[in-house]
Amino acid sequence: MTTKTSAAAWEPVPVKAEPAERELAAPYMNPYLAGVGLGLVLLAAFVVMGRGLGASGAFNRLVVFVLGGLAPEHAKASPFFASYLDGPPLKDWLVFEVLGVLAGAFISGLLARRVMVTVEKGPHASVGLRLAMAFAGGLLMAIGAALARGCTSGQALSGGALLNLGSWAFMLSVFAGAYALAYFVRREWR
Amino acid sequence: MIAPLFRYGLFGDETSLIVAFLIGIGFGFFLERAGFGSARKLVAQFYLTDLAVFKVMFTAIVTAMLGATYLAWMGLLDLSLVNLVPTYVVPQIAGGLVLGFGFVIGGYCPGTSMAAVATGRIDGVFFGLGLLAGSFVFGEVIRLPAVASFFTSTELGETTIPTYVNLPYGLVVFAVVLMALGGFWAAGLLERKAAACATR
Repeated sequence: MTTKTSAAAWEPVPVKAEPAERELAAPYMNPYLAGVGLGLVLLAAFVVMGRGLGASGAFNRLVVFVLGGLAPEHAKASPFFASYLDGPPLKDWLVFEVLGVLAGAFISGLLARRVMVTVEKGPHASVGLRLAMAFAGGLLMAIGAALARGCTSGQALSGGALLNLGSWAFMLSVFAGAYALAYFVRREWR
Repeated sequence: MIAPLFRYGLFGDETSLIVAFLIGIGFGFFLERAGFGSARKLVAQFYLTDLAVFKVMFTAIVTAMLGATYLAWMGLLDLSLVNLVPTYVVPQIAGGLVLGFGFVIGGYCPGTSMAAVATGRIDGVFFGLGLLAGSFVFGEVIRLPAVASFFTSTELGETTIPTYVNLPYGLVVFAVVLMALGGFWAAGLLERKAAACATR
């Protein structure tokens, strides 16, 4: 693991790496090859489990776990939280799958020498702005995923491969929403 | 029929959690391999400079879709036993728009933010905290009757495109494959255009 402590540690890792970083980090996999790999993992989930992949549900469960401990009656009164309270919230397929995602990404990053403490941002954005935007984006995304009953993994990817009607409507609106807003947040990235 | 294995009782709930962890490792591995632990790589999709998000996502969808379709045709996989998220048209379109806003503002989606956290991205950690905050906010506002009734509006149940438009399953699969191939060709074209603009 590469942990830099200098001010340079806060610089993002460029998508097209500078000569110094290029020696360190391996190039990304061909997108079509990575797509086939991801598709086979998804197919394995269908065949072995009879379900797709997911992510946002695990975050909802962590919230319900904490809230259910602090204010159980309050949590039970919300239909959204209550839907995760049929058993121990964290003893769940998606929670263990997301722990696997952390492990798998760490293994891949380690093998490619891409593990480093850094902030991903455009060259003209401050670290403070980027971290605030990351938090705000996450907040919006969780609300969107809850409304849609799934995120990019559970809806777009898994439902897309099953030709789920709602998943395809969802997927088109994700791209529409992101493209519509991209111009207005370009200073964060460009 | 022998699959889905779990639905046919080949193993129990406890074992399914180990399976979840193993499948998660594969998921996270390929997300990071593709470069999706990097917010800059992901949002490049929305500035048309690098369309890896589209390429990876649609290759994965086509791969899993073709695999599931062929296994079902060979009588090995019962597709009716694979979970389908029920369709609620308007909330899912609205949710998609909000999620799209969050994607370009925050730079990740829930799955890729975990790949970012695992490879040391501090912004991935803040995105994850945002996810927890957003989940809490949604759980609170859904108590309002107006929000709750919007959430359950325009319900169509568990349905697929071939069922809804009444076309053969294989024909829709074929159309999706053609669409993806056309998209890959257009993506290459757009990337070359963006590169030409950048060097000009």
